[in-house]
Order: sequence, then C-alpha cells, then structure tokens
Amino acid sequence: MNKVEELIVKRARELLSSKEVDKVIGWKKGEFYFDPSPAVFTSEEELKDFVYNGFCGANLSKYLVQELKKGGKIAVFLKPCDTYSFNELVKEHRVDKNAVKVIAIECQGKLDIEKIKEKGVSAVTETEENGEEVIVSSLYGSAKFRKEEVLLEKCLTCKSKKFAVADETIVVNEMKETANDRFSGVEELERMSEEERFAFWKGELSKCIRCNACRNVCPACTCVKCVFDNNASGMATKAPADTFEEQMFHIIRAYHVAGRCTDCGECSRVCPQHIPLHLLNRKFIKDINRLYGDFQAGEADEGKNPLIEYTEKDADPTAAVNGEVRHA
Amino acid sequence: MQRIGVFICWCGSNIAATVDVERVSEAIKSEPGVVFSANYQYMCSENGQQLLRNAIKEYHLTGVVVGSCSPRMHEATFRKAAEAEGLNPYMVEIANIREHCSWIHKDREEATEKAIILVRTAIAKVKLNAPLTAGESPVTKRALVIGGGIAGIQAALDIAEAGFEVDIVEKNPTIGGRMAQLDKTFPTLDCAACILTPKMVDCAQSDKIDILTYSEVEDVKGFVGNFKVKIRRKARFVDETKCTGCKICMDNCPSKKGLNEFNMNLNNRPAIYIPFAQAIPNVAVIDPEQCLKLKSGKCGLCQKKCGVGAIDYTMTDKIIEREYGAIVVATGFRPINIDKFNEYGYSENKDVITSLELERLMNAAGPTNGVLLRPSDNTHPKVITFIQCVGSRDLTDCGKPYCSKICCMYTAKHAMLIREKYPDTEVHVFYIDVRCPGKNYDEFYRRACEQYGVDYIKGMVGKVYNQNGKLMVQGSNLIENEQVTIPSDLVVLATAIEPEPSVRKIATLLTASIDTNNFLTEAHPKLKPVESPTAGVYLAGVCQGPKDIPETVSQASACAAKVIGLLVKDSLKTNPCVAQSDESMCNGCSQCANVCAYGAITYIDKEFRLGGGKTETRRVAYVNPAVCQGCGACTVTCPSGAMDLKGFASKQIMSEVEEICRK
Amino acid sequence: MQEVTEQKKEYVPTIVAFCCNWCSYAGADLAGSSRLTYPANVKIIRVPCSCRVNPMFVLKAFQRGADGVILCGCHPGDCHYVTGNYYTRRRMSLLFSFLNYMGIEKERTRVEWVSAAEGAKFSAVMNDFAKKINELGENKRLQDLRVKEERDE
Repeated sequence: MNKVEELIVKRARELLSSKEVDKVIGWKKGEFYFDPSPAVFTSEEELKDFVYNGFCGANLSKYLVQELKKGGKIAVFLKPCDTYSFNELVKEHRVDKNAVKVIAIECQGKLDIEKIKEKGVSAVTETEENGEEVIVSSLYGSAKFRKEEVLLEKCLTCKSKKFAVADETIVVNEMKETANDRFSGVEELERMSEEERFAFWKGELSKCIRCNACRNVCPACTCVKCVFDNNASGMATKAPADTFEEQMFHIIRAYHVAGRCTDCGECSRVCPQHIPLHLLNRKFIKDINRLYGDFQAGEADEGKNPLIEYTEKDADPTAAVNGEVRHA
Repeated sequence: MQRIGVFICWCGSNIAATVDVERVSEAIKSEPGVVFSANYQYMCSENGQQLLRNAIKEYHLTGVVVGSCSPRMHEATFRKAAEAEGLNPYMVEIANIREHCSWIHKDREEATEKAIILVRTAIAKVKLNAPLTAGESPVTKRALVIGGGIAGIQAALDIAEAGFEVDIVEKNPTIGGRMAQLDKTFPTLDCAACILTPKMVDCAQSDKIDILTYSEVEDVKGFVGNFKVKIRRKARFVDETKCTGCKICMDNCPSKKGLNEFNMNLNNRPAIYIPFAQAIPNVAVIDPEQCLKLKSGKCGLCQKKCGVGAIDYTMTDKIIEREYGAIVVATGFRPINIDKFNEYGYSENKDVITSLELERLMNAAGPTNGVLLRPSDNTHPKVITFIQCVGSRDLTDCGKPYCSKICCMYTAKHAMLIREKYPDTEVHVFYIDVRCPGKNYDEFYRRACEQYGVDYIKGMVGKVYNQNGKLMVQGSNLIENEQVTIPSDLVVLATAIEPEPSVRKIATLLTASIDTNNFLTEAHPKLKPVESPTAGVYLAGVCQGPKDIPETVSQASACAAKVIGLLVKDSLKTNPCVAQSDESMCNGCSQCANVCAYGAITYIDKEFRLGGGKTETRRVAYVNPAVCQGCGACTVTCPSGAMDLKGFASKQIMSEVEEICRK
Repeated sequence: MQEVTEQKKEYVPTIVAFCCNWCSYAGADLAGSSRLTYPANVKIIRVPCSCRVNPMFVLKAFQRGADGVILCGCHPGDCHYVTGNYYTRRRMSLLFSFLNYMGIEKERTRVEWVSAAEGAKFSAVMNDFAKKINELGENKRLQDLRVKEERDE
C-alpha cells in the first residue's frame, strides 16, 4: 500500500466512523490490479476494497450527480484535474457543494494499461512510481519504463496540478507540472490541408461504435435527456448507420461541451476504439483561448463561460475561422 | 389529419410575370396534407381574403400557407383573416415568393421552381405549427421613479398629472438632485432654484406622489406591469410626520464638523441637518457618523430642544414592499474623481476647484453667500482660468472616453456670470473644441466671447503649479502655435460627469444592461431611446447618457408618456412566440438565463414523479412569457434542447431546412 | 445515323440562408424591391434573430445535402434583441472553425451582417457566396449518404 492510499483510506474511515459524511466516493479494487473502478463506500467495512493506485484515472466528480440525489453528505476524492470538473458541476447547479466534502489528492499522472500491454507486459500485479520511472511488476517479472511511455494521454498533457477546489488535501510528494503542450496535437491537424483533416477524422470517427462511453463518462454531459436520445429533437440516432452520424454526434457533442469542457480527458480514456476525442474538445478550447482570451473551465465554481459571454469587439466568424485574429 | 390550404398570389404581375402561379398551385396540390390549392390576383384584397376565409370554412382547414409578398408586409393581414374565420392566427405561414423570388429572378422556369420550393418549405413548417394564444397579464397602476433629481421629479409630475400614483425613491434626505446645487442655468441664466423648487413643491403637494427620501431600492422582483419592489427606508432618527423644519435642532447641535455634501464639502454642517433651505421634505436628518448621542450615547441636545418631539435615536432602517406597473430609472450623475489628474494639482491646491464647486461658491445660498471668494484665503480672484474636458474625451485610465456634453455650456455660463458680476476679473478658457449645438446655445457661447470678453484659448493644459501664491496654468495655444503660462488666482476644472455609481446595483436588480461607462443601455439607440431592454423599465436623465437639463426634462416627459401608455392598460397582451422550457428535460444549469437580455428566465425547484412512488426535486428553468421577447438566444445555449421557441421551434426550422434541401 | 448526345445536367448547389427577421430578412426584402438579383439556389429561412440558429440546423442542412450555409444578422451593436448577434458571432466563429478543423471547406459556411437598409449588400453577399459554393461544387463531406439514396430512388 502506498503512502497516499494509506492516508486516503484512513481519512475515509475517519469520516465514515465519525458520521461526518454518509458516503465516500472513491475507487474500488477490480478483478485485476489495473482495473479499479469508481465506487461508493457507505461503511468502514467496505473500505477494505478501497484502492488508489496508478490506474485510478477515473474522474469521480460526475458520480456526485446521481449520488447526491439519494441524499446525505458525501466525501469525494478528486485529483487535480477532477477538481475542475467538480467546480463546473457546481456552477451548473448539478452538485450542491455544501453537501460535499472535497478531498483533493495527490496525482503524479495515471497509467495507461493499453500502453503497458503494447510494451509486451501483461498480467500487471503492481506498479511503483519512482521519480520519472515506473516499475511495473507482473506475474512474469518486472519491467522499468520511463513515465512518459506509459502515462495516459490526458496525463501526458496534464493541464495543471493545481487544485481548483479543496476542503482538505492529501499530498505526500510534490506534484510537478508537465512541460508538454496539450495543444500540439490540435496544431498538427491545423497544419494539414482540409482534405487531409477530413481523411483523418473520417478514419478516426468511422471507428466509432456509438457505445456512448464518451458521453456517459463526461462530467459536462449531465443532461436529464440527451438530444441524441430525444426523438423530438430531430437529432436522435441510435446505431451509426454511416459515417455522417458519427461526425454529427461528435461535432454536436463537442459543441455542447464547448466552454464547459475542462479537458479532463475522460472521453479519450474510456473510448474502446481509441478515438482521440480530446482533439475535438481541445480545438474548441484552443479557439476560445485564441479568440476570447485564456479560459479554463472549472477554475471557479461561478462565472460565465465564453459562449454565454461576449464583448463588442469580438472577431467576426470569417476572420476567426481564417485565423486572422487573436484575442488582444 | 392536417388539412392545409395553399393560396398563391399573383400580386398583379409582380409575381405572376415571373412565376407561373398556375403551375405552382398545381404542383402543390399533390403535397401530402394539402386539401386546397388556388391562386388569385391579389390575395391581400378584400376578395382575396374572402377566398381564404371561404376555403377555411369549406375545407375545414387546419393550416394556411399564402405564397405572396414578404411576411413583413401582409402576415398580419392574413392572420387576421384566418382568425376571423375561427382559425388560430398562428396557423398561417407566408412563403415569400415576391421579394425573395419573382422580383429577383428573371428566368421564369427558375423562379417558378424556386417558388414551389419556398411554398413547400412553408407547408413543412405550418404542419408543425401549434395554435398560439397571446397571454394576458394584469397591470398594477402605480409607477416607481428611482431618483429624485429633475429627471425623476419631471417624470413623477407628468405621471401624476395623468392620474396615476407614483412613488419617488431618493437616496438623499431631500429631492432636488444635482440641479438644486446649481446657481444659474444656461442658456437663459435663470436661477436653478427658482425653476426647480416650485416643481419640488408640486411633488410634495400632489396627492398622487409619495416621496420616499433617504430610501433605497433593495430588491426588485416581477416583470412589466407587475413589479414587486423592496425599499429600504434608512433610519433618519427624525420622525418625518412630526418635524416642522424649524431648524432649532441644527442651531443647538454641538457637533458641527460634518462636511456639507450639498456645498460640495466646501464648508461644514451640524450632525443634525436639513440639506438646504428649500429641501423637500423640509425635515431634518441625523448623520449617525457625526452625532454624539448615536456614537457615544452622550448629548441628546436636539431631542431636548425639539418642540414637537420628532427626534428618535432608536429609529432603525425599515424595509417596505410595494407593487408597481412601471419603473423609471433617473439616478443621475456625479462629477468624476479627479485626484488622479496630477497635472491640474487639484488635491494640492485649494484654489483649483471643480465647476460644481464653483456653482456653490457663486450661489447665494452657498458657503460664501454668493460672493465669489477663492477657498484658500477668501479673497476675490482677479484672474480665473477654466480648463475644459477634464476627464472627458480622455482615453487614459483616469478619464472617460465620452464627451460629457454639458461642460462647454456651463463653462461659458460661468465665464459670463463672473465677467458680469466682477468686470475687473480676467477670464481665460482652455478648450479642445467648443461644442454648443442646441437652441440658442451657440449664440450663448458667442456672447461669452464677443460681448463678455472671455478669452478662449484653443489648446490643452499641461500643468498647473503654485508659484509664489499664483497658480501658473501652463498650456498650449494651438491657434497662435505657442506655449502660454497664465498666472491665475483660481482654476476651475470642467470635470467630466459619470453615472451615479449606485446605478450598477439598480441595473442588476432590474436586469437592465449597462455599458462599459456605466450608462444604462436603451432598448434601441434611435427608436427606443427611453426604454430599457427590460420591458416596463424606462430611462430618464444622465443615467442613460450625458445630457443637459432641457434634454433631461424632455426624456423624463417621454418616459412619463411611456409609463402612462402602459398604466392605462388593464392588462398586457404578450407575444405568444416566446421561449418555453420543457421541464422534463431541463437541467437547471442556468446557461439560458445568462444569455437572456431581458431577465425573463428564472429557476424553480420542482418535484417530479419518477414512478414507483419516488419523487425527485429538480431545478428547472421557467420563462416568464410576459417578459420574453422571443429572440431564441436561450434555445441554442441549452444543450439538452429543453428550451424551445414557440412559432420558431427547432423542429419547424429543421423541417424547413430539410424541405429546402429536398432537391 | 443520329448521334445521341446526352447533355449532362449541370450541378446546381443548394444554399441555405438563415436571416434574422429584423435586419437581414428585411435587407433581403429590400434587395427584392430594388430588383437586385442573386442566384435562385439561395433559399432563405426566417428566424427571429441570428442567435436562434442552432449549430444543429447548420449540420442538418449539410446532412440533407446543402452545399453552403450562410447566416445573416443585424450588425453587431444593432441587434433588435440587443445582444443576440454577439452570441451568434461567438457561436458561429467556434462552430465554423471547428467544421473546418473536421475538414469541411471553410468557404461553405459564412456569417454576414446585413442591415435592413442594405439590400445591395444582401444581393452582393449572396452572389459572392453562391459563386464560391459553385466553385467548390457538391458537398460530399458532411452529407448523409442515405438521404441521397432516398432521393435517387
């Protein structure tokens, strides 16, 4: 058990035993070491399955929406990037912050099991972080990797190690900001020709099986009824019948979360087809920053996002699309 | 089953010359749902309308499409005709086959094809139309005027004159506002008090007007015709109903260090005071910051001396709630703070004063009883230099980008008055431009130059500094192209004006928009200059933009006309094409309210049944149909699609899109 | 022997123009009453304000085979609803930039500000836009192919 996990479980136990909270949202051990899943703990007894390891990439903030409806006070463990989603949910009245205790916890970047598997390591039994290295133990021995080889995409381009909100924090080791530019992937696409971009997205999006995992995991997607499930919206589609629909779905989804997406990266993490969905959201974020000034959704739990704001001097769409303008 | 009737107008030859109307009618006949299709020479004529009405009756039409001129022209005509025959007027759609088709296309084939598509598109839309009924909301026949300056006074008097009750809420202890502080008024030079105070008295005497001074608007709920307003009546510590305004308390008050705001802090006043002789109400007020009794519990002299027992040290703020049908905002202005303008040395030199301070120094009821004495040593200034545009038309952080509009005229007024009263005084005016448009205004300014010998110098002042007791005004003379330094005894700064800062709170309460300079925004800069974008809220005076007294009075009367026009109605018909939120899908995320320019959207907690005996309480948006103007901004902001616009529903627009793309 | 020549029908693009009721639709009316022509393949849909145009409408148009979509609204600052077109401006800047990022030619989408007095501008804008769309030809990138099949049947 690592030190951070130890402290987290200890704190969770205290909170439950003192009845300070009724529930704790955290991660539960899965079948394997590398597949912990989000879980709600209501008793000290259940905490024996609590884990916090290198594979706890899941953002727990969205789970509050449903859990809070059942009543009671909840403690939730949030990594730095997850705290932004929490604020956004508070801003949109999805989560009552008074009913939640946010325990902000250390994160040194989470691991991508797929990348580890690609390196030929399977049946992972434990991982240990050692500075810029990760030692992966498996049934068949152990291997050492440079961290950047095995981090999740969202952690490689981590936007911040700052906590946007925290009632208390559990941090043992200093968290270092990454030097990677999270917009380089978008820029690469922007440099392509329209045909190349179209071909790229056609290729990527045609992989979509419309499992809705991206939507279901997204903390910004908390509509009571999604337009894609609503026959009256004129947009409802179930299975993808041809390439158009995947495009339509992903364009509308990206647009609907524009200005609200905190870039938590969960969509790409959960996509079973490995579609780089973050490249869609980051395009909006990049354009917003370029046209309306730097904006980070979820930095605060109040205020307006750039799509429900304006200034009289905003760029005209033609100039904006041509990239001729930049926020002063 | 829908039964749609389609009527193609020839518009004489305007349409028929380019569009084969017969072919259009024929092509439309086979459209699903169409039970009647005809064409006629002039659909808007009496006979054309009758044709439409007969078809509605005979074919039991559920929807009507008229292919004719622009809906901006005759939509209302055809809706009315349909309504007369018992069909809901909103079941009529217009296909614009004249302005958007026959008039711009020369090729008959092309134009006919397009006309068919446009008519089909209108059919696609009308199939999804729903009957709409204009709602009605009652009107509370009472108006609120916020601000008791000349704008508020004029608006209140006019509204009261029409027979409606009106309340003036003024944050100061008296009404009168800035105008009460002025000495003379341009361009006629009549004394401000002589023309203002009778109006103040009229207000006090009107049985329709309730003056709530020393009061502030605390909260506003509701909408046009139905505002509910909370007003804070600040503790005055003097019973308004008992005080006779005898001023004995003032004479006996031992605390005399309070700055006299009315005299621009140029002298002091007691802790208990009446701001000026003609104050309305003529009732004292205690300044709790200065009163010894309230601060230390020791004193109570005024209470002992008061013959009518009006003094009450235990008084506290009271909140009253009243209902209004309309609100006039007339919160006025103040001179900007000029401490940052180091070049003019206002903070360092007592004899560098603002124009409003000069007004008080020239006023017979002012600190010098109207004798112009400079503040530093109470001597007559012999050389007076005016500097215009101090903080106006100024793009630095200290000033304001706009023209304050009144300064050119009042500076000319001051210069003239001084030259008249003290002919031995030398008067210089530094200016960038002199802007005096207005009836008798330019003549007024010219009189200052030509008859009164005021020395106008085109140029800006770079520095004012004290040298051996003289104020050296260093500036440029652009006409002579030289630098000049004028040793002066008094320097008067024509200070820019800005909206009274309390307007920000008022604007927020009223969801009235405010521009970057804190001026309230009018609903339309040309055609709705006195309406705010919030229905039922009107703007008078400088809170909307810099203006002088005649303009302010005109705008106040215009406001009153608008208010009267609203209050005479027993109820208001509302535009039925408004937004509506589907509660079952609304997330209550508040994005829609953020883009609503009218404050039409509020949120309520509503309980929903979930089945199995379970319920869930959710925050959902509620659109007030009386306030919504139907722009649709909210519908696009709503990610769930819960928000839709009646008459322009998403499904309707999408069906139009589909029809146009159906090749 | 008679030569059978089948003339290939020239492709006529479909253009959807959303016009706000107060400025651009009135501008289009003025273009009409001033007899200022523009191509017949431009079809106008009236909306109360440009801010009523949902990105879904734009996508719907492309799905159904539109080759170009143009939005016209009051000039910024002149919106009948005070602020509506300011929101339009941001929304469409981001949407169109995004569509271009997906590979849709940027000339296929456009926003123009046309006042009720600008009949000539309306006509000029539509002529220019139609010309650009003609040059681009059929939009195959965002079209729902099933719609085409239905049509061809």
